[in-house]
Order: sequence, then structure tokens, then C-alpha cells
Amino acid sequence: MKIEAYKIPLDDWADFTVAFLRDNFRPVFRWFSGIIESFVYGLEDILMMAPEILFILLVAAIAWRLSGRGTAIFSLAGLLLLASMGLWPETMRTMALILTATFIALVIGIPLGILSSHSDVVWRILRPVLDFMQTMPIFVYLLPAVMLFGIGIVPAVIATIVFSMPPAIRLTNLGIRNVPGEVVEAAHSFGSSSFQTLTKVQLPLAMPSIMAGVNQCIMLSLSMVVIAAMIGARGLGGVVYRAITRLEIGSGFEGGVAVVIIAIVLDRITQSMGKEPQKNRGT
Amino acid sequence: MSLKIEVNDLYKIFGPNPGLALERLEKGMSKEELLQKTGHAVGVYDVSFTIDEGEIFVVMGLSGSGKSTLVRCINRLIEPTRGEISIDGLNITTLPLEKLRAVRQEKLAMVFQRFALFPHRTILQNVAYGLEVQGMERAAREKKAQEVLETVGLKDWGNVYPEQLSGGMQQRVGLARALAVDPDILLMDEPFSALDPLIRKEMQEELTEMQLKMRKTIIFITHDLDEALKLGDRIAIMKDGAVVQIGTPEEILTNPANDYVASFVTDVDRSRVLKAENIMMRPTCLVRATDGPRVALRKMEEEGLSSIFVVGENRTLKGIVTVDRAVEAVNTGETDLLKIADEDIPVTSPETVIHDLIPAAVEAKVPIAVVNENRKLLGIIVRVSVLAGLIGKGDENRSLQDSA
Repeated sequence: MKIEAYKIPLDDWADFTVAFLRDNFRPVFRWFSGIIESFVYGLEDILMMAPEILFILLVAAIAWRLSGRGTAIFSLAGLLLLASMGLWPETMRTMALILTATFIALVIGIPLGILSSHSDVVWRILRPVLDFMQTMPIFVYLLPAVMLFGIGIVPAVIATIVFSMPPAIRLTNLGIRNVPGEVVEAAHSFGSSSFQTLTKVQLPLAMPSIMAGVNQCIMLSLSMVVIAAMIGARGLGGVVYRAITRLEIGSGFEGGVAVVIIAIVLDRITQSMGKEPQKNRGT
Repeated sequence: MSLKIEVNDLYKIFGPNPGLALERLEKGMSKEELLQKTGHAVGVYDVSFTIDEGEIFVVMGLSGSGKSTLVRCINRLIEPTRGEISIDGLNITTLPLEKLRAVRQEKLAMVFQRFALFPHRTILQNVAYGLEVQGMERAAREKKAQEVLETVGLKDWGNVYPEQLSGGMQQRVGLARALAVDPDILLMDEPFSALDPLIRKEMQEELTEMQLKMRKTIIFITHDLDEALKLGDRIAIMKDGAVVQIGTPEEILTNPANDYVASFVTDVDRSRVLKAENIMMRPTCLVRATDGPRVALRKMEEEGLSSIFVVGENRTLKGIVTVDRAVEAVNTGETDLLKIADEDIPVTSPETVIHDLIPAAVEAKVPIAVVNENRKLLGIIVRVSVLAGLIGKGDENRSLQDSA
């Protein structure tokens, strides 16, 4: 007797589901696709409106304010290098892509994290889903995403969201659960509503953890840019992908360095946002 | 005094199916068996008591005795499994959440063992928290919070964060935060246990002093019997979730309900708990100021005393006459007792603890007079009764004095 004979037809089920969605809900996906597309392109236009040098100085100033001189200098030098390599438009396209993906991931992820911190049932259900999202090889859902949303920027955004959302949920949940029980009890003992307890006590105290989630979310989005480029997203990922396929080691390296620079700048800035409350508290 | 809090047949059982566990308990299963066989822990077991307005009610027990669970049942931070809790006649156990929140805002405030301050808020914002939740305007609540901070001696600390304060100061903030909402009832869950002994003593004294002015109803949890005896108007001693004895400090000390309570009180420094009124004897032998020296002399002879207290109307203490002075007066023909009476005699109030009487008792050649605020003579204390009180023979001692 072969166990194979008792195969559960997971493959057929998946095929059927995708085909079903494509055949019956195409207008919905197209409509959704349109929204995301206009969002990304709108953001691209806004980012490209500002003259490069102004933008670079602005980022450096923000870095100075939030994170200190080191990050400010690095941001200035790094972004100038980007611009000098002629990668400015691509950088802005990538920014638009990851900011959109991060924004959507957070808008969904943080409330889900709050929900899981308040309900063990929700968390028990969500945990395996998050494991699935983080470990399922990306191409497995990238292809169905292309089939449903069509080639271009939208399936890239969707795939990026799926991949980058879990840490935002996990760290929001963890941060709120780690708020000391006695402090939450204190809030309740004064007659706070659940919403007051959440906004006045739990979220502020969980903020460092939530910001770490935001940070991770951005970092993971950035790690997706080359894959996003394979299905038609433009930007730095596109530069790298094109260079690889043409075996242009040099320009591939340039694109790669550009991704790293953005990653470091965004990482340092968002990390210091998480630490800000403690910094103010110092004597 | 009016009834403030009433707790009837309160149970709290922790575990997946408290109702079923309760049934098993009623069928006679022991708490240990219940825990081992079904995984249910008994937090509070059939507790009933009442608390009067303005009373400090101390709940005393070792860790795991259910005292913290009990106090959390009163504001329903923990939901009781069964039983009824009434505050001002309102049954709060069945109250819907919205109404419960209103009760918590208006009547109850809690002070926590580990302070439980909000680390991301300044001291002033911490103290103002309760008022903020009630929806008070920012300016008004900060003004109120500042006033309360002043009463706990932290008026210049409003703008710093909790972690910058010492433990003692943090707990003052915890107390201020509770007092800011002007609650009827203060729930204090081992508020001084995390403080070092000196600060703890200081805080106990301050609480006692504040209570004289505030007259709040206070439920005070502690594992420290000395603290319980010092602060409590009445004390409930808990063991394994059940109340073993409820009584005044004196009752607990002199008449422990069982061996468990007795084993607690053996180590107590009695001199700091027993008061003058507990060891004084009734002044059976007195002489009125209008009586003459001869009457005084005869009474002393009858009782075999060497001195006798002189009292005026309403038993006001006038002084003491020794046998020598009385004999002298009879010989010289002096008839006014007040002229020969010594007015400079040791007196004390009935609330004075024995510890504070020791120096006077050592020096005094005459008994110490116990008087109230109108100088009415309530009782007398002879040196031997101070000593007897110290070694814990309160009751026998009293009867011994009466016959003396």
C-alpha cells in the first residue's frame, strides 16, 4: 500500500481557488489594483517634485533631529552618492513602493497586533498564518498575485505587504503583552475604559516595540525590491535585475549599494523614533 | 458610623471551570485535592465581613493566602466566582461594565505594592490620571493634582518621571494618584511592603496622620502583623483563602481564635500594640475633693494603699494624696484635701501604647493615671501591670489588679 494513493489534492485546491477568484472576482481585483497603483504613482510624483538637493538636506535634517550627527552625515553623504550615480528617479520609485507597502502593512498589521494582544484566541489563530506568510517561498504566491492583479507594480506591493507585515503584528502584540500587569491594573482601577487603557497606557509603553516592528517592516520591504522588479515594478530593484540579466556586474553593484544606503538611512531614523520616549526621560 | 462595604459569602476559584470546582468543594473535596485533581486553585474561600465608613480594615496573611485576590474582587479587577459585594448598599458584583467603571472612578482608588506608576508620564500626569479618565479639563486636573502632590510632600517633583524617584517617593506618588480622585474607599495592596524598614515606618505614620483628617474607608493588605496591628482598626487574618479571625488588634493579640493566629502573635512586640486602656485597672478606690483627709486616710487603710487619687465632679482628676501627707493634715487640722494633694502626677491617655509608658513607669513613685481629654480619670496603671502587659498576661493581670 502506498501512502501516495491517499494524497490530499492540495494542488488542485490551490488551482481551483485561484481560478475561481480570477474568473469571478476580476473586477474587484482590478478595482483594488487601480487604487494601489494610483497611490504608488501619486507618491512617486510627490517625491520627485522636490529638487534632489532639497530632499537630501531635508532627510539629513530629520536624521540629525531624531538620531544624531552620525546618521545625519551618513544620510547626506549616502544620498549624494545616490544622486551622483544618476539613480535618483529610481530611488524615489523604490521609496514610493516600499512606503506604500509599509503603510498598508502597518494599517493592517498594528490593529491586528493590538487585537492579538487582547485575545489569546485571535493570537492562536493568527500565529500559524504569520508563520505561513513569513516562510512560504515568495514565488509561490507571487505568481497567483500576478494572475489576479496583472503584471506591474500592484502584485509587487501585495507580495511585499505579505512578507513584511508579520513582524509589525508580532512586535505590536509582544509590546502590549509586555506592559506590566500591575500598570494595566492601575489604569483599570481608576475606571479607564479599554480604549483609554490602550491609548493612554498600553500603546505608549509598547511604542519602542511597535517602532521596532515598523523598522522591521521597512527593512523587509526593501529586501523585496529585486523580486518586485521581476514582475514589473520599476526602481532600484529594476536597475539590479536588469544588470544581473545582462551580466553588468558594475551597474548591478551600484543598484545594490543604493538599496543598502536607503536601508541604513531608514533603519537608523526609524530606530531612533522608537527610542525617543526614553531619551526625553533622561535626567 | 455607617456601613460602607459588605462582603457576603465571597468565593474566587481560578481554573478552567470554576463553577464545577465550587460544586466539588461543596461536596466536601479539600482544597489540596481540588488543586491536584482538577487544577483549580482556591483564591478566596467563603469570605464575609463588613466595613464601616472611616475604618481602616486590615487584611493580613502570608503570601498565597488570597489577600490580594480578595482586595481585587472588591473593585472587580478580578471577577468573583460567587458571592456578593456591596458598596454603599449597591451590589457591585452584578454591575454592568459601564456602571462598574463609574463606581471605580467615583468611589474606589487603589495603591499598589510595586507602585504601578505609569513610567511614560510625569509625576503630575500620573497623579492627574484618575481625573483625566473622568474627563476633567487639563488645567483643572493639573491644579488638583498639584494640590495633592503638596499634601504628600512632593510639590516640586511634578515634572520628573517616576524612575527618577526613590521607592518611598514613588509610593507617595501612588498614594497621591489615589487621593487625587477623592475616593470614598482606598484599596491598598501591600503599599509599604516594597519599601525599606525606615521609610515604611515613616509612611505608616504619615498614613495614620492623614487618616485623622481624611477619614477614608481603607482596606489595607499586608503580610506584616506589626503593620496590621499598628494601622488596623480591625484586622482580618487570612489563611488559604479563608478568613480565620476578624477582630481589633487587642482581640487578636489577647484572644487568638486558633493556633494559626496564636503562632503569629507570639512574636509580636506587645508593648507597641497594647494600649494603656488594655492594662489599666478600674479606679475602685478614690476620694472626692470634698471629702476630708480623714476619709482619705480611712480608705487607704481599708485598701492597704500608700496613696489615693483625689477627684472632683465627673471624676475629674485633681491630684494624689499620700498616706504621710494625710496623717500630717489630720495632725495639723487641715481639712481641705486639695491643699495637700500633689497635682504633679504622671498621666497618660488611654490610646498610649505601653512602650511609651515604660519610662514613666520606671520613674513614678505613684501609679500612672489614665485620663481622657477632659481629665476624667478612667483608670490607673501600677508599675507591675506595665511589666505584666509586656510579657503577655493581659487578662490574668487585669483580674489580679482588680483584686489588689
